[in-house]
Amino acid sequence: MAAHVEDTHAHDDHGHHHKETFITKYIFSQDHKMIAKQYLITGTIMGVIGVMMSLMMRMQIAWPEEPNVLFKALLGKWAPEGVMDADIYLALVTIHGTIMVFFVLTAGLSGTFSNLLIPLQIGARDMASGFLNMVSYWLFFISSVIMVSSFFVEAGPAAAGWTIYPPLSALPMAQGGSGMGMTLWLVSMAIFIASSLLGSLNYVVTVINLRTKGMSMTRLPLTIWAFFVTAIIGVISFPVLLSAALLLIMDRSFGTSFFLSDIFIQGEVLHYQGGSPVLFEHLFWFLGHPEVYIVLLPALGITSEIIATNSRKPIFGYRAMVASILAIAFLSTIVWGHHMFISGMNPFLGSVFTFTTLLIAIPSAVKAFNYITTLWKGNLQMNPAMLFSIGLVSTFITGGLTGIILGDSALDINVHDTYFVVAHFHLVMGISALYGMFAGIYHWFPKMFGRMLNKKLGYIHFWVTAVCAYGVFFPMHFIGMAGLPRRYYTNSNFPLFDDLANVNVVITIFALVGGVFQLVFLYNFFASMFFGKKAVQNPWRSNTMEWTTPVEHVHGNWPGEIPEVHRWAYDYSKPGHDVDFVPQTQPLYEGEEELQH
Amino acid sequence: MTALLSILVLVFILVAIWQMVKIYDLTQIGSSESDTQVATDSDNKINGYLMLGFLAFIYVITIICFVKFGDLPLMSNSASEHGPDVDNLMIISMIVIFFVQTVTQFLLHYFAFKYKGEKGKKAVFFADNNKLEAIWTIIPVIVLAGLIINGLFTWTSIMNPDKGNDPIVVELYAQQFNWKARYGGADNTLGKANVRLIDIDRANILGLDESDPNAEDDIITTELHLPVGKPVLFKMRSQDVLHSAYMPHFRAQMNCVPGMITQFSFTPTKTTAEMRETPEMKDKVANINNIRLEKSKELTAKGEDALESYEFDYLLLCNKICGKSHYNMQMKIIVETQEEYDAWLKTQKVFKGSLVSAN
Repeated sequence: MAAHVEDTHAHDDHGHHHKETFITKYIFSQDHKMIAKQYLITGTIMGVIGVMMSLMMRMQIAWPEEPNVLFKALLGKWAPEGVMDADIYLALVTIHGTIMVFFVLTAGLSGTFSNLLIPLQIGARDMASGFLNMVSYWLFFISSVIMVSSFFVEAGPAAAGWTIYPPLSALPMAQGGSGMGMTLWLVSMAIFIASSLLGSLNYVVTVINLRTKGMSMTRLPLTIWAFFVTAIIGVISFPVLLSAALLLIMDRSFGTSFFLSDIFIQGEVLHYQGGSPVLFEHLFWFLGHPEVYIVLLPALGITSEIIATNSRKPIFGYRAMVASILAIAFLSTIVWGHHMFISGMNPFLGSVFTFTTLLIAIPSAVKAFNYITTLWKGNLQMNPAMLFSIGLVSTFITGGLTGIILGDSALDINVHDTYFVVAHFHLVMGISALYGMFAGIYHWFPKMFGRMLNKKLGYIHFWVTAVCAYGVFFPMHFIGMAGLPRRYYTNSNFPLFDDLANVNVVITIFALVGGVFQLVFLYNFFASMFFGKKAVQNPWRSNTMEWTTPVEHVHGNWPGEIPEVHRWAYDYSKPGHDVDFVPQTQPLYEGEEELQH
Repeated sequence: MTALLSILVLVFILVAIWQMVKIYDLTQIGSSESDTQVATDSDNKINGYLMLGFLAFIYVITIICFVKFGDLPLMSNSASEHGPDVDNLMIISMIVIFFVQTVTQFLLHYFAFKYKGEKGKKAVFFADNNKLEAIWTIIPVIVLAGLIINGLFTWTSIMNPDKGNDPIVVELYAQQFNWKARYGGADNTLGKANVRLIDIDRANILGLDESDPNAEDDIITTELHLPVGKPVLFKMRSQDVLHSAYMPHFRAQMNCVPGMITQFSFTPTKTTAEMRETPEMKDKVANINNIRLEKSKELTAKGEDALESYEFDYLLLCNKICGKSHYNMQMKIIVETQEEYDAWLKTQKVFKGSLVSAN
C-alpha cells in the first residue's frame, strides 16, 4: 500500500526532482539499474536453491538409499531417517530444471543484463516504460515465491519433470506432485510468462525507439543485438507455453480433453476422450526449444563484448556475428520436433526436424570460430570476466558438438532420455549460460555497485568451476551412451548398470566440490558490494557507452546531455590512435575512416 | 550435529581461502597496480599458463573416458539388424566431433596462452575477412550435409521397414509400473482393444474386445520372447501416462502414448545365449560380478544379504518419467531360436482361456 501512496506523491511533485524514499528507491523502483540488481539478487537466490537441489540429486545417485544428514536436515518428512523418498527425487528433478532454466538463466540472466545494459549501451535515460519494467520484476518475484512455496504443500511440488508432460502432470492419482504442487507450478509459470513478456516488449521497444543520436543498428554492441533478438524470440514463443499451460489447467480442473484420452488408472476409466499428449509436446517444445536460445544468446552477447574488450581487438566478423544471431533465432523456432523423434510423431516429420536442427550447427560454428579469431594476435587481459568468456566458448563447443548426435534422429533413438542428453544440454546451455552470467557479473559489477570484485577470488572461482564442470559432464556422456536412463531415483535395480556406479561417484564428487566453491563467488559478491575496492569510471578501458556514465548512479544515467555516438563499439587498437581503445562517443578525427562493417 | 560440523568446515575453508588471498595481497605491496582488481601482466601470465594446463586437462579427461568407457558393449555390440547401421553412424559422428573438438579447443586455449597480454603490446586491428568467414561457413555445410544425408537414410530405413517380410506382431503394453507383451496367437493378428473394456474382475487386464474373434487366441505375457532372425513389429499402448519402451541392446526406443498406438520394428540377430558368449559381454559381466562381489562383502559384514551374481539378459526399460517407481519399470527380453520360441509360446495361456467368468 505504502508504495501507492508514495507514487501519488511523486506525481504531485511533477516537474520537480523526483523524491526518492527507501521504498521507491530500493523496492518499487522504476529505475532500470535498480531493477537489474533486483533481478540479479533474486536470480542468485533462486540459483543457490537450484544448485542445492542438484547436489542432493547427485548424492542420491552416487549413494542411493543411504541415510544422509543433509537430506534429513533439508527434506524433513521427505527423507525419513535421512533416506530420500522416490517421489521427492522426481520433484527435485522437476523444480531444479524449472528454476535453473526459467528463474536463473532466463530471468536472472536476461532480466539483469538486458535491464542494466540496454539503456546504458544505447544511450537512453531509462527503459521505454519504467512502470512496466517494475511490474515485470514484481511478477517475477511473485512467481518465484509461488514456485518455491510449492515445496511446502502436503503432497509435494510438481514432479513430472520440467517438461510436465501430461497425463502424468494432469492426473493427481498418477503422482503425488500432480495435485496442488502442479497447480502451483502452472500458476507460477503463468505469472512468470506475463513477467517475461512485459520485460521482452519493453526491451524491444527501447532498442527500436530510444537509441541516442548516431547509434544506428549497425553500431549497436553485440550485447544489445543479442538481448534484442532474445526478446523477440521470447515474445514469439512464450505465449505458446502460456496457451499450453492454460489448456492443461482446463484439462486438470474443468474436465476438458485437450491432452488426454483413453485413460485407465487406479482401477477406473477416466472420461477423457480424443485429446493427445503429443499435442502438448508440440506446444511445450515450441517454446522449449527457442528457450534454449533465450538462455544462450544473451550469454553469447555478453561474451562477444567481453572477449573484444579484453582482447583489445575488434570482435571478428561483426556482420557475421549479427547474421548468425538472426539465423539462430530464426532456426530455433523451426526445430522443436527434435525433442520428439520417438514421441510417436510421423517419422517423416522426424526427417524434416533432423534437417533443420543440424542447420543450426552452421551459425553456431561461425560464432565459435569468430571468437577464436578474435583472440588471435590480441593482447589478452585475463580478467575473471575474460576467463569465464573463454570458458563459455570452450563448453559451448564441447556441448554443442554432441548436438550433432542428438539432432540426428537415427542416433537419437538410442540416446534419447539417457544421461547423454543430460550431459549435452547442461554443457551447452546450462554451464555456458552460467559462465555468461558470471562473466557479465564480473565485468559489470563496477557499473552496478561502484566497486570491484576481488580478482583473486574470481580466479579461484573460475578455475575450480571450470575443472569441475568438465569433471561432471564429460564422463556423463559415456554413461549415457552405455544406456543409463535419466530421472531414475536409483540404478540399483539394474545390475546391468553396476559398472557405471563408480563413474557416478566420481561425477558427484566433482559436483560437490564445484558446488561448494560457488560459495567463494557468493562471498566475493556480497562482501565486495560493501567492502570492495572503489571502481574507477572505466576500469576495463572499454568503448561502450555505459562507461561514460558516472560511477555513482544518477536517475537518467547521464547528468547532462546524452552523448552522441560516432563509431561502432569495437575500435580497439585501431591504427592512428594513441590508446588501444576509442569510445563510441569520440568523434572521428579528420580523415579517419569508419570501418565499413 | 554432523550438518553443523560440515557447515563449520565449509566456513573454515572459506576463511582459509580469504586468508591466503590476503597474504598474497601483502606480498604484492609496492607494485602500484596491485589493488585496482584489474588483471596485471603477472595475472595474464599465470592465467595464460593455466589455460595451457586446462587444455591438457580436457585432453586427459577425453582420453581417460575413451579408454575406460569407449568400448562399452552397448556401443559396439548391437543385437538387431539395423544396430550396426546406427553404430556406424555413431562412430562416424564421434570421429567428426572428436576431430573438431581437439582442434578448436587447441586453438582456443593455445591462443589464450600465446597472446596473453603484456603492457605496451598492441593487438592487431583485424576486424573482418570474408574469405575466412566463407571457409568456416562452407566447411561445416559440407560436413553436415554428409551427416544429414547419412542420418536420414538410416532413419528412413529404420522407421519404414520392408512390409513384405511378414513380421511377428507384438503389442507392448505399458502401465504404472510394469510392462506386458501381447502376441497375436496362431493368426498373428492382435484383437481389438481399448482401456474402456478393461474388466479386472474377469481378468481382462488389457481391455481386449471379447467379441473380436482375433482376440480369442491372443497371448498376454510378462516376459518378452522373440525368435532370432525374424522381424518383429511392436505396437505400443499405454493405459495411464506416457512411458517409453527402451531396448538399448537393439537400438530401439518408442514412446507409449495413451490414446494412440505407436510402433517400432526391428529384427533381433543374436539370441540371449549367443550374446552372453560374446567376448565383450563376458568381460562386462565379469566386471559387474567383481563389483557385486565387493559390495556383497560390505553387505555381509553389516549382516545383510549378499547380492546375487549377475547374468546377462536383454531388457526393456521405461525411459520416460512416469511416476514414483519409474526407476524400476522393466521387463526381461529373451531372444531364442524359433523352436525354443514356439515351444514357449505353446505353454502360454490364450486370452479366451484366461478369462474368469463373472458371477
